[in-house]
Amino acid sequence: MSEISSAESELIGGATRQFLRRRAFWNRFAAYWLLAAALVSVLVTVGIVYVLVTESLPFFNQVSLVDFLTDTQWTPMFENARYGVMTLVSATLTVAGIALAVAIPAGLALAIYLSEYARPAVRESVKPLLELLEGVPTVVYGFFALLFVTPLLQTFIPGLAGFNMLAPGLVMGIMILPYTASVSEDAMRAVPMGLREAGYALGYSRFRVATRVVIPAALSGITAAFILGMSRAVGETMVVAIAAGQNPNFTFNPTEGAATITAYIVQMAMGDLPHGSLAYQSVFAAGFVLFLITLTFNLIGFFLRRRFREAY
Amino acid sequence: MEADATRVVASGVRFQRLVAANRRTDIMMASIGILVLMVASALLASVLVDLILTGWPRLINPDFYTNFPSRKPEQAGIISAMVGTALVMLVTAVVSVPLAVAAGIYLEEYAPKNWLSDIIDINVSNLAGVPSIIYGLLALGLFVYGFGLGETILTAGLVLALLILPVIIVATREAIRSIPRDLREAAYGLGADKWQTVSHYVLPAARPGILTGTIVGLARAIGEAAPVITIGALTFIAFLPPPPVQSTPPFVNFDWLTSPFTVMPIQLFNWVSRPQAEFHINAAATGVVLMVMTLAMNGLAIYIRYQLRKHQRS
Amino acid sequence: MQPNLRPITRETTDVSSAPGDSNADLHRHQESVPLPHGNRADVRKLSFWYGKTQALKEVNLPVVDRKVTALIGPSGCGKSTLLRCFNRMHDLYPGNRYDGEIRLYPEDENLVAIDPGLVRLRIGMVFQKPNPFPKSIYANVAAGLEVRGIKKRSVLDERVERALRHAALWDEVKDRLNGSAYGLSGGQQQRLCIARALAPEPEMILFDEPTSALDPLATAKIEDLVQQLAGEVTILIVTHNMQQASRISDFTAFMLMGEMVEYGNTDQVFTAPEDPRTDQYITGRFG
Repeated sequence: MSEISSAESELIGGATRQFLRRRAFWNRFAAYWLLAAALVSVLVTVGIVYVLVTESLPFFNQVSLVDFLTDTQWTPMFENARYGVMTLVSATLTVAGIALAVAIPAGLALAIYLSEYARPAVRESVKPLLELLEGVPTVVYGFFALLFVTPLLQTFIPGLAGFNMLAPGLVMGIMILPYTASVSEDAMRAVPMGLREAGYALGYSRFRVATRVVIPAALSGITAAFILGMSRAVGETMVVAIAAGQNPNFTFNPTEGAATITAYIVQMAMGDLPHGSLAYQSVFAAGFVLFLITLTFNLIGFFLRRRFREAY
Repeated sequence: MEADATRVVASGVRFQRLVAANRRTDIMMASIGILVLMVASALLASVLVDLILTGWPRLINPDFYTNFPSRKPEQAGIISAMVGTALVMLVTAVVSVPLAVAAGIYLEEYAPKNWLSDIIDINVSNLAGVPSIIYGLLALGLFVYGFGLGETILTAGLVLALLILPVIIVATREAIRSIPRDLREAAYGLGADKWQTVSHYVLPAARPGILTGTIVGLARAIGEAAPVITIGALTFIAFLPPPPVQSTPPFVNFDWLTSPFTVMPIQLFNWVSRPQAEFHINAAATGVVLMVMTLAMNGLAIYIRYQLRKHQRS
Repeated sequence: MQPNLRPITRETTDVSSAPGDSNADLHRHQESVPLPHGNRADVRKLSFWYGKTQALKEVNLPVVDRKVTALIGPSGCGKSTLLRCFNRMHDLYPGNRYDGEIRLYPEDENLVAIDPGLVRLRIGMVFQKPNPFPKSIYANVAAGLEVRGIKKRSVLDERVERALRHAALWDEVKDRLNGSAYGLSGGQQQRLCIARALAPEPEMILFDEPTSALDPLATAKIEDLVQQLAGEVTILIVTHNMQQASRISDFTAFMLMGEMVEYGNTDQVFTAPEDPRTDQYITGRFG
């Protein structure tokens, strides 16, 4: 303590100058460090775009964009390789479509039930159940789709292939159900009580209040829930990689098997791809398409949700 | 007089009919909601039951937990996958928690209202929606080939850390936002500066919420197969990485970071992809272990949140 | 009408205002004043905006050293806003703006123009609702010392005890210093918050309706405490309770719609207010 000069030990509001200087340093240091951490998340996006662009550019030097978007064959391992990405996109959209056909009505019904009908105690215990459902690993859902749901469906639908898009689509629908239901429920619960009371004052039943008042008021939030659900379905990997097969097939027929974009990436990554080969680059080209599709959905969802939050 | 009375009765009857009809739709809606719920919970139960029934012969065999994978399904085990998962999760937690908590603090406490904060905000919410396999491509292009880290535990841990970054960031923000203004003002009122307020008072109070988010994030990372497959992780690993601790100085050893590995979901995927039904038994048993782990972690997170709410209410 | 403002400050500088301006009158009167204590702070033509809403309009107020000054007025009159200017609480939220001065003595600095962190190190605050930290009783009282870099256990022990004795809480908590602060009753929690504010020995303590969440018994204890502390530390207290102001304060300022209506000795303000609006307020005709 003796080396501290009298000016240093002078107290300001009960603290020494020396301490206050050190404190101010840490205060500023922390602010920069926290900003840097926040910027890492931006760096991740930059890194993703950088990798996708640089790895798929050489691909588009060899495969024309027109062929890429119009060809209906995807045969990267053949002698005469063809790269029509729509082959993968068709399967991706088919599976996602089936998933949404399950998740939209079921999710909406569940959200209406939870936000308009269920007692708080019920709601409190259902939400954790939904979280548990959300927490099941997707490989497990894949196993279930392939070895439980497909055999089950085959007893009703004789022509159903062992690898098909129907079973993973249905399972994926259940998989994204907790997400779409809880996001729409949040949107519906954010609708001010006053609007509901106005509906009840007109003599509306609960159902009418839900369909005529709450859903229209929460529409942008509910739409966001389904768009974000769609994004998840499009990007989901393991369920389709396991249960929809890995054979690129331009089809919208759910009873057939077909490789989605994600299944293709998994399939190629499993094999030993020579770094820098056209097939290696095709993985990134396909990934780029996937990224653009999900990015579009995510941004629409983000702004719809933000608009909804601003409204209430 | 009589006509009036009839009209009143008639409208009364119509009114009663309307009320009854409303009741019916209400009951119908409630039953649909409950039905969806029951189907969803039945599904969760049937997944678990199906896995347990299929995997039972392996689940009750202690060798399953201590053996390496094998070409013979009845001898195959998950020891390397369990150790791999544990080590990858260690890297993931060590990298993601500090980064995500710091980013969450920045966005909630520091970020001024400007374009940069807006970009970071949109970016985090977009990252939460980027498919996990895209993270795998990032890791393949950047970590494996760009930085030359190879198909190692380090690479897998890093990519999963980035994957769950948004989960923990969002949880941190929500936890910080839920801290009452009173507490902040009390700290500032005592003369604390921003960093003292945040680190001494806000962060400790937000800890349960952040912990919950971290557990949910790690539970998600444990079950993720896609990004780890994409980096080209081997699936047949009949050895363990070098242990992180040793008996001779310096007692810690980081060689395991650069070791090849496998994790539980990849082991499951590998086995379920084989045509032989005997391997499907192994896959099911692995699925049970994986599900028990993720359900336990999510359950713990839900429990902590429940305790927190109870505490906040009182 | 001649506002009769009790002469209190040694400040005689501000005479620049136009005649008839009540604020100018306020300062003109101060010239003739003997100084009981001198001022710890002096608010001069302070205006404050929450975004675009003006909450304080050119307010003037002397704060006498080691005395209790009470701010009264109907809710929304700006008394809490003025109080929170003193430790720059408004700086925590975006869009707020100050204009004018709060001179702080003896340094003669403008409090609204310097680093808010330094201001808060010198001026403590007790809030409307007891807001102890979710920590032990000891840690709560020691918090302000730790914020100032005081870590030595013996020093902390000694000052925590002193602050708790000062806040008349020591006997009730000395056996459970490591117990949670949330285990205390509301009145005890508020006295703990007072001890917390006292521990760093601030020059001034701001009380923002400190008893509004307490029962009458706990209120009486806090009131006693405020009066006891007055000899040692300057106190500025906002209260919605006029009896409370008359019981515990030496000086009273009455505010209305963001303006300072009247300031003076508490006895004088309550028995013979100059401004008819003050009279109406204290006789309960509005507010």
